[in-house]
Amino acid sequence: MDKEKIIEVQNLTKQFGSFTAVKSISFDVYKGEIFGFLGANGAGKTTAMKMLIGILKPTSGEALVAGFDVKSNAEMVKKSIGYMSQKFSMYDDLTIKENITFFGGIYGLSKARIKEKTAQLIKELKLEEVADKLVGSLPLGWKQKLSFSVALLHEPKIVFLDEPTGGVDPITRRQFWEMIYAEAHKGTTIFVTTHYMDEAEYCDRVSIMVEGTIEALDTPKKLKQKYNVASMNEVFLKLARNVE
Amino acid sequence: MSIIVQNISKSYNKIKAIDAISFEVKEGELFGLIGPDGAGKTTIFRILTTLLLANEGSATVAGFDVVKEYKSIRNSVGYMPGKFSLYQDLSVEENLNFFATIFGTTIEENYDLIKDIYIQIEPFKNRRAGALSGGMKQKLALCCALIHKPKVLFLDEPTTGVDPVSRKEFWEMLKRLQQKGITILVSTPYMDEAAMCDRIALIQKGKILKIDIPENIIKDYDKIIYDVKAKNTHQLIQDLKNYPSQYSVYAFGEYIHYIDKKDDFNPIDLQNYLQQNKHSEIEIRVSETTIEDVFMDL
Repeated sequence: MDKEKIIEVQNLTKQFGSFTAVKSISFDVYKGEIFGFLGANGAGKTTAMKMLIGILKPTSGEALVAGFDVKSNAEMVKKSIGYMSQKFSMYDDLTIKENITFFGGIYGLSKARIKEKTAQLIKELKLEEVADKLVGSLPLGWKQKLSFSVALLHEPKIVFLDEPTGGVDPITRRQFWEMIYAEAHKGTTIFVTTHYMDEAEYCDRVSIMVEGTIEALDTPKKLKQKYNVASMNEVFLKLARNVE
Repeated sequence: MSIIVQNISKSYNKIKAIDAISFEVKEGELFGLIGPDGAGKTTIFRILTTLLLANEGSATVAGFDVVKEYKSIRNSVGYMPGKFSLYQDLSVEENLNFFATIFGTTIEENYDLIKDIYIQIEPFKNRRAGALSGGMKQKLALCCALIHKPKVLFLDEPTTGVDPVSRKEFWEMLKRLQQKGITILVSTPYMDEAAMCDRIALIQKGKILKIDIPENIIKDYDKIIYDVKAKNTHQLIQDLKNYPSQYSVYAFGEYIHYIDKKDDFNPIDLQNYLQQNKHSEIEIRVSETTIEDVFMDL
């Protein structure tokens, strides 16, 4: 693996009033890596992720994403990354083609480029037959695959995926991960959160957040060795005591 | 029988959400509807909780007909919908009081039933429900669904988006409720939770594919699944898919689950093939079947 750092986080902290949601976390993510960002509900994952994508100002600490400072250069961070929310956020009342065109425009692609990208995406996702149907009519699994592709339209160096497979059927969930692998293979960095522990096994490295801090960070293999268990699920259960 | 469903169908416009579904749930049973988003689980819940009329078929809950005796059903069941539907602007305690009052009871009267769950959220009883974390919202919703001591509890995807620790605790709570004699119908997209149920129905695209105890569903599966592993997982998946006699190739945690079409399949041939394709650290062994494997092959 290329050891070029694409995310550098130093003592990143976020306080809401007297509550510290993220407590001085530090870690690096490398180019082309699939980085699993795990933690219990309420552990601070979403807060940390919001800071990394430039939509929430840290209270203290530093983070560089794709070379840009999330505090002083948030707009450049946003341009350099792709983001897929856990909540489906495309327009249900637009067709698949219209959604792709719309997001292409938002990302500032040229008309010719949008046309080319739209055709390519629809072909890759095998959506030819439904390209002119409303997005709202698609099954959840397809929506998620489409969201992922749209998050990659502007060819970002890094893409953030917030629980991309929640509730998705087992086969589509795996097809989704094959798309992730293929994209990482091209050199795109993947930063992903999930509650499926089998998916944690697919990551190159995994961090586990507990109560605002990073309790563990390593390859799934080394984490399992360290805690002397057979699966990532057991690693998670050992670390993430329920402390709401 | 606590729940009897006979040939229930429901269409929205021209789309069949559920198609001639039948099943029965015994008194005190923990019964799971296992299937992905869009399988029709929520439609079944809404029909059984009398919030939606079926196009065809009949159903009874706690001995009452879902159409003619809907009022009696509403008093006898607890329902926790998939979407958080408590009052975001009321506090934890206010929400619970509200639901107790609606059902003509008090928190004190049935405190025994919710005690184990409520003490976990009690420290936050003055917090607005909207400001709770996902796990706490789920516990509050369960308390509110239980406060009138229902005979049957309907839980629609109670653990979707919930982390593994909270999921485990949630199922432990359900087991304790079951011991108190409450019949539970629960749905989930997590296949690993199926093993926690007494019986499960595997459901996809509006149809029930199979109903049995989890052990039998696994036992009845007649194909041999192999765990395969190598250094480069992505390339391994591609190469396994190109193996001439492959039946299916799916990632399963740290291993790939591989099934071959041939009866006389020899893992050594596969090992040689992978070596020829420059894979290293190859491992092949017979795997244990899971509900998820069965589901994916239906």
